[in-house]
Amino acid sequence: MSTDPRLTLIASGPLTTADLDDRLDALLNPVLSSRRTAAPLAQTLAPLERQLQDFVLNWVEVIGRTNYEMAYQFAAAAPDALKQLDLASAKAWVIQAMDAYDYEGLYRGSQVFKNFADYAALAGASAHAVGFEEVVHVLELFVCGLAGRRMKVEPAPQAYTDTETLYLPLRVASRMTKNENFLIYKSLAVLLWAQSRHGTFNADLDAACATYADPARALEWLNYLETVRLEACIARALPGFARDAASLKNATSNDLRYAVLELPSATVHDSIALLAKLPLNAEVPRHTCMATLRPREAAAARASRLAREKDGLQTMLAALLEEHDKTSSESGDGEQRFSVDVTEAPGENGSLDFELRLDGKPMAPPDNVHNLLDSILQDLGDIPDDYLTPTGDGSERAAPRAEQDPADVWKGIYHEEGALFYNEWDHKRRHYRKNWCVLRELDVQPGDGGFVDATLKKYAPQVTQLRRTFELLRGEDKLLKRMKHGDDIDFDAVISAYADMKSGRELSDRLLVKRHKTERDLAVMFMVDMSGSTKGWINDAEREALVLLTEALEILGDRYAIYGFSGITRKRCEIFRVKRFDEPHGDVVKSRIAGIIPQDYTRMGVAIRHLATLLNAVDARTKLLITLSDGKPDDYSDNYRGEYGIEDTRQALIEAHRGGIKSFCITIDHEARDYLPHMYGAANWTLVDDVSRLPLKVADIYRRLTT
Amino acid sequence: MMSPVATLSAKSPQPEARLIEREPYYEPLGDEIALFEAAYTSQIPVLLKGPTGCGKTRFMEYIAWKLKRPLITVSCHDDLTAADLVGRYLITNNETVWVDGPLAHAVRIGGICYLDEVVEARKDTTVVIHPLADDRRILPMEKHGELLRAPAEFVLAMSYNPGYQSVLKELKQSTRQRFIAIEFAYPDEALESKIIVTETGLDANTARQLIRLAHLTRNLKGNGLDEGASTRLLVHAAKLMQRGIAPRAACHSAIAEALTDDPEMLRAINELASSIF
Repeated sequence: MSTDPRLTLIASGPLTTADLDDRLDALLNPVLSSRRTAAPLAQTLAPLERQLQDFVLNWVEVIGRTNYEMAYQFAAAAPDALKQLDLASAKAWVIQAMDAYDYEGLYRGSQVFKNFADYAALAGASAHAVGFEEVVHVLELFVCGLAGRRMKVEPAPQAYTDTETLYLPLRVASRMTKNENFLIYKSLAVLLWAQSRHGTFNADLDAACATYADPARALEWLNYLETVRLEACIARALPGFARDAASLKNATSNDLRYAVLELPSATVHDSIALLAKLPLNAEVPRHTCMATLRPREAAAARASRLAREKDGLQTMLAALLEEHDKTSSESGDGEQRFSVDVTEAPGENGSLDFELRLDGKPMAPPDNVHNLLDSILQDLGDIPDDYLTPTGDGSERAAPRAEQDPADVWKGIYHEEGALFYNEWDHKRRHYRKNWCVLRELDVQPGDGGFVDATLKKYAPQVTQLRRTFELLRGEDKLLKRMKHGDDIDFDAVISAYADMKSGRELSDRLLVKRHKTERDLAVMFMVDMSGSTKGWINDAEREALVLLTEALEILGDRYAIYGFSGITRKRCEIFRVKRFDEPHGDVVKSRIAGIIPQDYTRMGVAIRHLATLLNAVDARTKLLITLSDGKPDDYSDNYRGEYGIEDTRQALIEAHRGGIKSFCITIDHEARDYLPHMYGAANWTLVDDVSRLPLKVADIYRRLTT
Repeated sequence: MMSPVATLSAKSPQPEARLIEREPYYEPLGDEIALFEAAYTSQIPVLLKGPTGCGKTRFMEYIAWKLKRPLITVSCHDDLTAADLVGRYLITNNETVWVDGPLAHAVRIGGICYLDEVVEARKDTTVVIHPLADDRRILPMEKHGELLRAPAEFVLAMSYNPGYQSVLKELKQSTRQRFIAIEFAYPDEALESKIIVTETGLDANTARQLIRLAHLTRNLKGNGLDEGASTRLLVHAAKLMQRGIAPRAACHSAIAEALTDDPEMLRAINELASSIF
C-alpha cells in the first residue's frame, strides 16, 4: 500500500473506515491506547474524497517521523480544517505547525493544529502575508544598525522583548499588501528596540502595577502609555519611519492627557505616574502595532547583562590603568581614579553622551570600553562608581566561567548550553527541521604519540616517494617568456623580432617577460568518520592515511584542517578537533591523530554543515571538503538511516556547494555506488576497495584532486 | 617607419607629478597637520591609518599644497611590482631607454610620494621602499645601476586601512616600523556635518540626518558589513540630493548599493535610510 500522491489517479474510490482505521492504527500506534483509538479519526476521515484522505495519511506519516502526538493532533484536526483550506493552504498550515513545534515545542505546535480557524482567516490574505522567515535576516541587520549591538530576533506568538532578543510573530497578514505587512513587522521591531533604548525597563514595572487592584490590566495600560511615549521618541529619532508608520494608523488620537508623554524629557516614570490618573477599568486603547510587556523576562536578561558588563568593564579598565601607568610617570593612589561625566548629547533628543576621565583628565576610551559604557548607560542612565573600580590583573581574558564538560550533557547538569544548533532537511516535508541538531566541538583525547613515528617508519620508502611527488607540485616562481604584458624586456624575443623586421617578416608583439607565481590558494577540510563501524583495522587505516596525508600537505603548504565526526541521536552530535586551520602541525596534532578512536554513529548532515561553516571562514580561492567514510549516513533511532539521512546529507552538501565549497568523498564501502553519486555527484567520490591501501591512496587521491 | 616596439613607450606611464595650486578643502580632525609637518622636517616617512573615505587622500593633497611640493600618488594593486615603482627599460627606435617609475621620479624631484592602500601591493614590492624609509634615504636602482639619494624635500607617505580583516593584507612589521603613524577616523558629528555642508551646500538639517544614517550603518560593521558609510559616501549622497534626487533614492544609490551587494543587507540599509528620511 502506498501513500504516494501520484497513485491517487489510479486509485478509485475513497478508503473505507476499516481501511483508514488500519492505516492510522499502524501510523499512530505509539500514541494510541485502549482509551484513545484510531477509530474516531477514521470515521471523520471516511466521508472525505480519496485525494484528501491521501493527503492526510501522507502527512500523518511524515509528521509522525518527527512526533507521533503532533501527527495525532493533525489527524484529529484535518477533516474540519480541510473544509476551510485548500490543499496548498493546508500544506502551509502543516508547515507552520511543524515550525511552531520545532521552535516552541509540542504545546504550541498542537495549538496551531487546533486553531486552524485562525489560520484559515489568515490564509484568506495569504498572498500578501509576510512570514517571519522572510524578514528575520533583514530585521536583524536593521535592528543591529539601530541599536549598535546585535540583538537576536526570534519568533513568538506575541511581540515582546527581554532587551536582548526581540520576539516577533510568525506571520503578519492583517493588511492587504506585502509592503504594509512588512511595515508592521518593522514597526514592531522598532517599538521593541525603543523599549530597551529608551528605558522602558529601567523601572520595576511589576512593582508599579502591583499596587493596583488588577495588576494585569494596569500593565496593559502601562504598555499603552509607553507605546505613546516611545512613538514620540521614535518620531524624533526616525522621522522617515514615523511618516511611513502613520499610514498604518486608522486615526490619530489627540488625547491631551498623554501630551506629557510626548515631551522629549518624558521617561518611563512619567508613564507610571500617569497610570494613577487613568480610569483603569476602561478599555485599553489599541494601536495597530503594539507589543506586550514582559517585565520579568526583561529584568532577568538585564540583570545578567549588567553583571556581565560590570565584570567586563572592570577588567578592561584595569588593563587601561596598567597601560596608562606604564607610559606616564605619575601614578595615582589607591583611590577611585576613573570617573565618567554624563551629559546630554547635542542634537540627538534625550540621548546621553559621556566622557571618561582618569585622574580627572579626559581620555578617549578604546572602542570596546566605549561600547560597554554606552550599553551600561542605556540600562542605568548613569555609571555607578563601583562599575569604575578596576579589578583583575587586566590581562586580556574572558570572565572566568565554570568550564562545562560536554560529557555532562547526559548527566542532566546542563543540556543545550554551549552547543550549536543546526537545521536538518526533512525530505518528506521538503522543509528544514529548525534547530534540530545539537552539536558540540570536542577535543580528541591525545593518543600514543609513537603511532605517527611507527607509521612513518612502516611506510618509509613510500613516504620518500610521496615527498618527492608533492615537492614537484609546490608552487614556484616561473619566468614566463614572450608575453604581451610583463615587467621586463625579453631580449631574446626582441633580437629575434629585430631580425624578423630586418628580413621583412611579420613582427611578434610578445616581447616581454613576466614573473608568475603559481600560488596554491587552497584550503582543505578533512572530515573523518569516527563512527563505531570503523573499529579495528579501518580505524588504523584511517589514522595511517592521515599521517601520510599530513606529511604530504606540509610539503605542499596547503592550509588544511582535520576534524572527526560522530554522535548519537540529534541531541548529541559531536565534532572532534584533530587539527584546526590555524594550528601548526606538531606533536599535539600527531598525538590527536593517534588518539582518533571509533565512537558512535554517522549523522553526516550536521557535521557537513558545521565543517562547511568553519571552512567558509577561511579566505582561500579554492575550498575543498574531503570526507573519509566507511558507509552510509546512519544514526541511532529517529529514522536517520536510509533515505532520510542520505537526503539530508545531500542537502547539506548542496548548501556547502552554494557557499563555494567543493566536496569529495573517499569511501571503503563497496555499496557506495548506490548512494554516493546521489549525495556527492557522479564524479566526486572514489572507492578504495582494499582497506590496507587506504593510507597510500588518500594522499594520491588528494594529489589528483588538486592538480 | 614606426616600429611596433616604439608604441610601447607611447603607452608607458610617465609618473604623474602634480603641484597643487589651489588650497584643497580640508578640515583637520586633530593635530595631524602639525604631526606631518614635524615628520617632514625630521625626514621620517608617514603612515596614514584609517578606514576608506575618511579623508586620507584629501589630507595628502592638502599637505602637498601646504608644503608646496609636487604630489605623486601611486594606487597600489596586487600586481604592482618593484619595477612599477622604481622604473624599467623601454625600447624605442632601436634603443633601450630607462624610464623612472613614480617612486624614483618623486625622489629625483624631491616630491611627496604617496602609496595609496599599500597593503594591496605584493609583499616583495613593499620591500623596495625600505632603504628609502629609514635614515639611509636611498633608492637603489639595480637594473639601471644607479643609486638615488633622496633630497631633504622628499617625503614618503603611505595609507593603510587596518579595518580589513584578511590576514593576507597585513603590513609587515619591518615595513610598518619604519614609519610614524597618524590615525584617521571618521570626523565627529559636528565636523562631519560641516564638511558635508561645505562640500555640497546641503542644508545643515539634512546633513545631520545623513550623518545619523552613517552612524547606523557604522553600527553594522562586523555584522555583515566590512565598513560603515564613509564621509565620502555621505558627500556623494548629499551631492545627489543637491541635484534634486529624492533623499531615499540618493541614499540607496550612494550609500546602500555602494556598501554591499548582499540583498538582505541592502534591504536593511534601505530600511534604515527610509526610517530617517
